[in-house]
Amino acid sequence: MNMNEISNIARRDFFKTTGALVISIALPGSIESALSQSPSGKPPLLPDELDSWIAILPNGNATAYFGKMDMGQGVDVAVQQIVAEELDLAFERVNVIMGDTALTCNQGGASGSTGLQMGGMALRNAAAEARRVLVERAAQKLGVAADQLRVENGVVMSGSQRITYSDLIGGQYFHHKLEWNKQYGNPLKVQGKATLKKPSEYKVVGKPFPQAVITEKVMGRQKFITDITVPGMVHARVVRPLNAGCALVAVDENSIKHIASARVVREQNFLAVVADKEWDAVRASEALKVKWSPQCNPFPPMATLHDYIRKASFTKKETPVNRGDVDEAFKTAAKTIVAEYEWPLQSHASMGPACAIADMNGDTPRLWTGSQKPHYGRSGCARITGIPLEKMRSTWVPGPGSYGRNEAGDCAADAALISKAIGKPVRLQYMRHDATAWDPKGPAGVYRGRAALDAAGNVAAYDFFAKGFTRQDVATTEADPKDTLAGQFTRFAPKGTLIFQIPAEAYTFENKRCGWETIPAMLERGSPLRTGHFRDPLGPETHFASESFIDEVAAAANADPVAFRLKYLTRERDVAVIKAAAQKANWKSNERGSRGKGNLMRGRGFAYTERNGTVVALVAEVEVERKTGRVWAKKFWCAHDCGQIINPGTILTVIEGNIVQAISRTLLEEVKFDQNQVLSVDWATYPILELADTPESIEIALIDRPEMSPQGAGEPSHRTVPAAIANAIFDATGIRMRKVPITPQRMREALARA
Amino acid sequence: MAEKFSFVVDGKSVAVEAEPAMPLLYALRSELGLTNPKFGCGKAQCGACTVHVDGAPMRSCVTPVSLIKGKRVTTLAGLGTAEKPHPLQQAYIDEGVPQCGFCLSGWLMTAAAFLRNNPKPTDAQIRQAMTGIKCRCGTHMAIMRAIKRAAQTLSA
Repeated sequence: MNMNEISNIARRDFFKTTGALVISIALPGSIESALSQSPSGKPPLLPDELDSWIAILPNGNATAYFGKMDMGQGVDVAVQQIVAEELDLAFERVNVIMGDTALTCNQGGASGSTGLQMGGMALRNAAAEARRVLVERAAQKLGVAADQLRVENGVVMSGSQRITYSDLIGGQYFHHKLEWNKQYGNPLKVQGKATLKKPSEYKVVGKPFPQAVITEKVMGRQKFITDITVPGMVHARVVRPLNAGCALVAVDENSIKHIASARVVREQNFLAVVADKEWDAVRASEALKVKWSPQCNPFPPMATLHDYIRKASFTKKETPVNRGDVDEAFKTAAKTIVAEYEWPLQSHASMGPACAIADMNGDTPRLWTGSQKPHYGRSGCARITGIPLEKMRSTWVPGPGSYGRNEAGDCAADAALISKAIGKPVRLQYMRHDATAWDPKGPAGVYRGRAALDAAGNVAAYDFFAKGFTRQDVATTEADPKDTLAGQFTRFAPKGTLIFQIPAEAYTFENKRCGWETIPAMLERGSPLRTGHFRDPLGPETHFASESFIDEVAAAANADPVAFRLKYLTRERDVAVIKAAAQKANWKSNERGSRGKGNLMRGRGFAYTERNGTVVALVAEVEVERKTGRVWAKKFWCAHDCGQIINPGTILTVIEGNIVQAISRTLLEEVKFDQNQVLSVDWATYPILELADTPESIEIALIDRPEMSPQGAGEPSHRTVPAAIANAIFDATGIRMRKVPITPQRMREALARA
Repeated sequence: MAEKFSFVVDGKSVAVEAEPAMPLLYALRSELGLTNPKFGCGKAQCGACTVHVDGAPMRSCVTPVSLIKGKRVTTLAGLGTAEKPHPLQQAYIDEGVPQCGFCLSGWLMTAAAFLRNNPKPTDAQIRQAMTGIKCRCGTHMAIMRAIKRAAQTLSA
């Protein structure tokens, strides 16, 4: 057995064993050193090396190295299918390794539903090229032209002649170059000379393979980031300012003297406690007496938030759509419709608070993180501790949910800072309030729609304007310490990116304007209300407003909501998805909701949205209870076109999850705060949807387009939900609910006013 | 003062030395390395730390370890075996329920106890019984299907 075989087996076994992270650092000689000692070792981990993507093991099985991760939605299974397909290997013979900076290229981590749309395409091209190279080698060995060979499950054949992938390369490296577009992150592209398979030839792609990891999770065998340990580690908890914007004045270290091994770690305004035992760290964080500078009222009263946004000066302004002459068209309007919508600040409120383990000491500093961005987390931790980036390794371990730039990135930077300060490996787990109160928030905004109808009820002008906090007060990654609390509490000045959103749709209104403005952060530094990416960033927010407003315009034009949309859409996929949803729901244009004076009112609403190449149409049916104000989002019919479908099984639960989480955001979720602190600190103060309020049914029509490449599915059906619900409430009650969340109290008050 | 507490976890006798007020969750996770019950909130608001104590679901994050002395604790890993998963576990696998999977102890341990006492529940009873258990990935539809599927298996 040569060195390559050893390293490959070590690598494979290492990743197949749960909890092996502990074992890995106990291995006599790391994988990397085994490789570097090998004369024909692995080429450097660069995207233009085929070996960076695909390895053929001694037994002919394949390993795929994926620089993104699966956050529980089965992206890894889809990548496994794609690689198995292009390599002509059985699905079971491909293993996917994710999110380790020593083993995978930086493909941007989990980001923007690009797992397959972008990340999977690099693997598809690499796998196809690997197959091409293998077939060429087989042709040479067998003395047969390559185009005379066929491959079945890793066996290259011509007549009675056969040779396996194992014979051809098993345990050896390809040493073969790919074309690379010289970009890292989401835009990374690689390409070989191979021709991709035609969809008509597919055997693995398009089939509903299950997620094997589900069994591990359900049987209690899966190790999460919260569950791993490294030798010599201590436990840490952070202590955040009592009031936002306050500086650390004094710490009474005697206040935790009674807790064995507990000690304080402090750097400027960053404060943490560490202890040998986890419970002692928890107790110390609660017992520690801290003096902070006086409260400084950085936030407006919560009830005035949206007026605050309206009145705020803008930091950046863009008008991405400006067609025809909108202002002129309004002058001759027969009818003008104006409406404003409000969306609150929302928390990721991941199922468990973030956890990270950092050891910023020794020759190979390490980070284990549940964040969506292990490659960027490596940069952030190296920079905040001053450690050379190239020495450091970062490994992703499944975390307790994330849904974007939650607090996991902050947790990694905190852990690194503490580990550097005390010279030991540190396991930092946040408490619930560190997650709900202190994660970056989905931005609040005010959205205004204006439309002009001519005498015939046609849309003469359409004007949509959005204003709110930037979606990237902290960046989407934690690569720069300025985007983490640890950085902002110490020496890194924050600098957000000013970016907002307009609706993603294709309405063909002749005179059309869509624009946005961002406003300054309420508190620039170390703010618990700093804004960042939360699942489908600004998707539910923007399209709650835009698709509610389209519904209002349709009603003003006395048009059926479905027919009205179809009148102004021409793209074939938009039209198809709308018709499919209407058909699935048995939508009747002449049918109205129950309205009336009864206690239980029923209605249906429609919405359609686009997101980066995926189009979704949705019918919602709600029940509104007059006495309590309870809105039950009872039934949904969804039509979904994300191009080529890789796995028609997992995509259904992904869409269901998108819809259910969006119901929660629409009906319940709002970060509460006073002028000095966030008051939403746990599940009682930040409730999410319970099983009791789950829909009765969600029916999904998948539109498969095998001739297209796969577009994203992890988020697009999220943004369609809020307006579909609000439009259904209008159908049921005649009331437009223009402020999210549509809580029972708000609904009761609106019904009382009506 | 730390004291010694003996109890049984997943059929195995164990002992931990701890402050009496330390929650069972930390005894299981930190002292015994049994990491299936998760820390979700520390306030009994989400269910992620749920274990069975003498057969009844309890939130281990607020249960002092001193109360567990001499009792029988079951975690998710002790609910079924690799050869014979609990019908709920099998239903969860068949329905492909979890996404992140961090909430599983809450749902599975609570539902297992519920189905033992209510072998043929209505949808409304299931919805009611699971009040207070959280899932942030929004897998609620699949959870409903899986609990109903398990109920059918159990009452067959």
